[in-house]
Amino acid sequence: MPAARVRRRRPAALVALSLTLALVSAAGAARARAAPYSITDDRGVRVSFERAPERIVTLLPSLTETVCALGACATLVGTDRFSDWPESVSELPKLGGFEDVQVERLYALEPDAVLVATSTRVIDRLESLGLTVVALEPRSLADARRAVGVLGEVLERSGEATALLDRIDARVRAAAERVPPAWRGARVYFEVSESPHAAGESSFIGELLGLLGLDNVVPASLGPFPKLNPEFVVRSDPDLILAARRNAERMEARPGWDEIGALSRGHVCGFEERAHDVLVRPGPRLGEAAEVLADCLASLPPRGGAER
Amino acid sequence: MKTAVGGAAWLSGWLALAGLVLLGCGLAAGSEGWSFAWGRESGLIGAIRAPRSLGAWCAGALLGVSGALAQGLFRNPLADPYLLGSAAGAGLGVVLVIASGTAVAGSSLAGADWLGQLGLTGAAFLGALGGVSLTLLLAGGAARPLVLLLGGVVVGVLLGAVADLLMLLSPEALRGKQIFLLGTTGLLGWESVLVLGVVLGVTLPLAVRFALVLDALVLGEASASSLGLDLPKLRLMLVSLMALCTGAAVAQAGLIAFVGLVAPHLVRRLVTVTHGPLLALSALSGGALLLAADVIARSVIAPQELPVGVLTAVVGGCYLMLLLRRRAVDARV
Repeated sequence: MPAARVRRRRPAALVALSLTLALVSAAGAARARAAPYSITDDRGVRVSFERAPERIVTLLPSLTETVCALGACATLVGTDRFSDWPESVSELPKLGGFEDVQVERLYALEPDAVLVATSTRVIDRLESLGLTVVALEPRSLADARRAVGVLGEVLERSGEATALLDRIDARVRAAAERVPPAWRGARVYFEVSESPHAAGESSFIGELLGLLGLDNVVPASLGPFPKLNPEFVVRSDPDLILAARRNAERMEARPGWDEIGALSRGHVCGFEERAHDVLVRPGPRLGEAAEVLADCLASLPPRGGAER
Repeated sequence: MKTAVGGAAWLSGWLALAGLVLLGCGLAAGSEGWSFAWGRESGLIGAIRAPRSLGAWCAGALLGVSGALAQGLFRNPLADPYLLGSAAGAGLGVVLVIASGTAVAGSSLAGADWLGQLGLTGAAFLGALGGVSLTLLLAGGAARPLVLLLGGVVVGVLLGAVADLLMLLSPEALRGKQIFLLGTTGLLGWESVLVLGVVLGVTLPLAVRFALVLDALVLGEASASSLGLDLPKLRLMLVSLMALCTGAAVAQAGLIAFVGLVAPHLVRRLVTVTHGPLLALSALSGGALLLAADVIARSVIAPQELPVGVLTAVVGGCYLMLLLRRRAVDARV
């Protein structure tokens, strides 16, 4: 039970990451089984399996992506309507969104495992129908890593899970090395939506930015995805602004935002939709997300010396 | 009077028949369109279609009763089950539960574990009852209907604002709240049918028993009091019944629009009856209406599904508009 509660984000992301990694790989190495096994999901519920599931339904894009990244894409029989990566899953039956899941259609597919987010009423209904439900909701990088580990166990592919985590780590490290030295320690504002909601230091996006050596203008104390007063952004005068392209293009028109130096200097990364998806999904493409960020930083106009 | 009673009997027969026919449709309306291979799909029908159809009927019936009670109590043909803060209360309950599962602004909500245990349906039910209780408290009991109505508006706005604030702090709550606002019959299982059935079985006979009060109220407050009725007490009783009906339906199926408003109007258009038969007939028509909407929602764009609340809102809205255009709304209710 406490296991599910411990997953609060922590600032010392790297420490936590390497710890989780060590745990996951130890678990992977120790296991070579054919007997029934069980895992603990993010609700703290123990779920038992006789053998690796062969007909899986996923109801969260990042979980769909993880199953595929572990090489088990062929076991998927249905997904939610937002899952769109890799290409092959777009041909699977779409079983609704997060809350309006089409229960009958899902049940008729006879899945032997359903992977869902924790915060959904559907779980009760599916379990009362006798389906095996694994609830995972990655919110921090550590969560995302643990989800990969748990799915590795569910699919009896712990070796692949460890390898996937290693690959992600390697890509993040490589991306961090490509960040131009002038940008190290730059203060960034990552906008998730126009309201404006930002990705704070404690969100998985914030953690990833931290791994790339960037500072966040939104401190961890404000929570992972706080809604900000637009004035807060102007006053904090970020060195760099990251947002979806369609939002980034209209930023200067917001009242008072033309004073933000980053906008006039062109220190803005506007991401296309596909790239933005990669950034905002805490799944197996986190390595790619780091690369997207590094690419953008490398392409920006040079940062003029010591500005502050 | 005799013809009215005969008409009511006929109508109840027709509405019950409609319910049964729709139930049959409900068993056949599958996720891949209509299917009549019942032997092969018996598992699917027993586990999903049967409870869903029965649950939709029961929820509709409860909304029908609740709507008829509201319209009688406030002597207003536009009163609906969601008056008096029950909708906002239930919505707040849902948001609280979802937000409790996540951290709000870095720190957990107090009592989060307890809320999680309660579950969405429990919280919505208690929220609806809580909203109405708050309204009653604010209005100082049920003695003055107008104050009661205004109290309901105030409570609705206040609780709605709290829910909105929580949703801003915890974006996860947004998607849960949204489907709750739309209303859905897709998640009804046998447990839901049991709860809805028991509540209907308890509230409908009680409501019919106290329907005389509503008949007396048609004559006006003063006349009703002069008949020796303890109006504040009886009204409180009826408000509680209404809250119970609404709370149970809303907890299981979300804020289904218009069924509770339209069901009594449908009955009144067809027959002229006292409130006792009106309540029973409203239950039958409400059940048939929501079940019909559910069957249509399932089959019209199969294998996709429409949210049933959207459908009832569109159909109910159009029907009401028609009704309003046909004749200026008269005060006769």
